[in-house]
Amino acid sequence: MNTVPRFDPLTFGEAALKLRTLRHEVLSSNMVNADTPNFKARDIDFKSVLAERLNGTSVSNAGVLSRTHSGHIAPLSTAQSPPQMYRVGVQPSKDGNTVDPDIERGHFVKNAFFTEAALNFLGSTLRTRMSAITGQPS
Amino acid sequence: MSLLSTFDVGTTGLVAQSLRLNLIASNVANAETAVSADGQPYKSRHVVFQAEARAGRVGQGVKVDRIVESDAAPRLEYRPGHPLANAQGYVTMPNINPAEQMVDMVSASRAYQFNIEMMNTTKQLLLKTLDLGK
Repeated sequence: MNTVPRFDPLTFGEAALKLRTLRHEVLSSNMVNADTPNFKARDIDFKSVLAERLNGTSVSNAGVLSRTHSGHIAPLSTAQSPPQMYRVGVQPSKDGNTVDPDIERGHFVKNAFFTEAALNFLGSTLRTRMSAITGQPS
Repeated sequence: MSLLSTFDVGTTGLVAQSLRLNLIASNVANAETAVSADGQPYKSRHVVFQAEARAGRVGQGVKVDRIVESDAAPRLEYRPGHPLANAQGYVTMPNINPAEQMVDMVSASRAYQFNIEMMNTTKQLLLKTLDLGK
């Protein structure tokens, strides 16, 4: 069994943290738009986007519009912003809004927790390396 | 940096919800205003929100697209002695339903609280980021 991690903890931690904070922004945008008519709740597929960023593949570009002419308007999703998907509403409102505040809050709190976890992992990796460089326990 | 940008998203929410609260206050205050500035009975006002895309960012804020006046029928009150009463003794009062305004107010204040809570969480995460590697 191969027990060697596939990615350097720093690389992994950085990618995970970036994506967590990005999702934080997407979820907060859902929450502020809880009363906006016709707003559809969005989210990103964390697992596939993270795998894609670590492996350098572009699985999710499949659904992104390609620009074959200079006059085409650039799609909102770029390499920096992963494709956003629409959440399926449990009980959509009559005004076309699919944001369920309880679901969003659940995702938001969970995501904040994992962001903090990512920060802790990254911090401890940095401390370990620092103590290896200086030869002093941190 | 997505965390910092979340503050901007949260701020748009606070601004929009406080405007909504402001209008509710105006509606409640004018529930008995038979004559407004334009000489007509005061009409109930509501905000219409719209998502606001921000260049280069994934998160969308919210903004007040427009303020609409309710076209519900005005309330008629029988007050024969009132100077504004018509020939039948009825006074045209604003089309404001206090119960509706209360529900709207609770909804707006809850949304405002959610936004504050969200920004607090973001602040904690940012402070934690500052301590990275310490």
